[in-house]
Amino acid sequence: MLIIYAILALGLIGLLFGLGLAVAAKVFYVETDPRVDAVKEAVPGANCGACGYAGCVKFAEAVVHGEAEPGDCIPAGEEEIQEMARILGIEVSSSASPVATVFCIGDIYRAADNFVYDGVQDCKVAGEMNGGHKTCTYGCLGLGNCVRVCPFDAIRMGTHGLPVVDEEKCTGCELCAKECPRDIIKMLPPGDNGHLVLCTSQDRGKTVSKACEVGCIACRACVKVCPQEAIEMDGKLAVIDLDKCDDCGKCVEKCPPNTIYQRRSIPTEADAEAAAVEKEKEEATA
Amino acid sequence: METLLSIIFIYIFVDNFVLHRFFGICPFLGVSRKMETAIGMSMAVIFVMTMATLVTWLLYTFVLVEFGLEYLQIVTFILVIASLVQLVETVLRKISPTLYQGLGIFLPLITTNCAVLAVTLLAVRQEFPFVESIVFAVAASVGFSLALVIMAGIRERLEMAKMPDVLEGSAVTLITAGILSIAFLGFQGMLSL
Repeated sequence: MLIIYAILALGLIGLLFGLGLAVAAKVFYVETDPRVDAVKEAVPGANCGACGYAGCVKFAEAVVHGEAEPGDCIPAGEEEIQEMARILGIEVSSSASPVATVFCIGDIYRAADNFVYDGVQDCKVAGEMNGGHKTCTYGCLGLGNCVRVCPFDAIRMGTHGLPVVDEEKCTGCELCAKECPRDIIKMLPPGDNGHLVLCTSQDRGKTVSKACEVGCIACRACVKVCPQEAIEMDGKLAVIDLDKCDDCGKCVEKCPPNTIYQRRSIPTEADAEAAAVEKEKEEATA
Repeated sequence: METLLSIIFIYIFVDNFVLHRFFGICPFLGVSRKMETAIGMSMAVIFVMTMATLVTWLLYTFVLVEFGLEYLQIVTFILVIASLVQLVETVLRKISPTLYQGLGIFLPLITTNCAVLAVTLLAVRQEFPFVESIVFAVAASVGFSLALVIMAGIRERLEMAKMPDVLEGSAVTLITAGILSIAFLGFQGMLSL
């Protein structure tokens, strides 16, 4: 008898709650646009906020309501943008995303330090302390704020103390460029062409050469040699106009501290280590 | 009035649900990484615990006791909590989208939070009258929130601290939780019902 009561009571209570929920679901039904969910599924969904909206859901709503373009989702690749366009039944022009590039090659072997920094492992904090441990006040501090902020795992800290960008994974969301307290990471248009001056220092040549073996010393050798007149001085730093550069490579040969590289051959960790070993040998023989 | 005040004090400090009774350890460790989420979770817990105790107390007193089915309390209470959370979610979505968005993921998470079941069971087991039960639920959930917010504050600072590799992550979190619990032992014996 007891067990029947128990089953009955529990069954009844369950049934009551179930009915209550069913009624509530009908009464409090909220109409949602199915396209919002579809668009939300289509975007990479990192909630990076690079589009200017608070998260991917808000962006999906804005896209459906026509307030934003599918292409405004910066991390979205070609496929995802076309998928969004298909859901909305609109046409979009294709556009490749920019790539983050680190404009500093002053690795731990070739850029000098003023002191050993042992504090909080954060570039912003370190930079506030006596101008940072690096002698160069423009160079990469190597504590990896960009690595931590990247939602796509596209940046890692190399053994040479500089961040390494994986261009395959980089979606051009600019979070790293915004995070870097020294503005070393810049967004470049996609593609292979062009040479780059991999330095951001505005210091005088003498100051630069004391702080870093590979910093731009503002000697103007590249400006003079460039046949396309693509290189101009921005203060005490040479800057190459990518639209004018035709990859002749004459500036690379002329540059005394070897600061200029073709975009596809930016020095890697292995290059930096090899250069460091080379230098050690030279010093030993001297 | 005096009983109500002592219930409030006891279940926030002396008999803290997380730090003394060890209920709801999962959300305590899971959502205490950031202050913002900790506060969101706290609000959701306060809301659900109070509502759940209100309903279960009425159900227990007027249905289960009436028909001599007290032994079904755990099953029915779980049923109540699960349906209640679902109901609250549906209703909130309609009448207050802002609050719904604010509580977000925390509402469904609470369904499986043992602290909620504990508060409803303890309320009837301690034979609290109706008003005392509600006050007990509010105090217990505020105690939970207090622990969560303290923990979130500590963890936000620990994020920046330098520490040996072995301690990083869950290890230091668990040690912190332990020390926090020992600290709350200081309230022991200050007051009892």
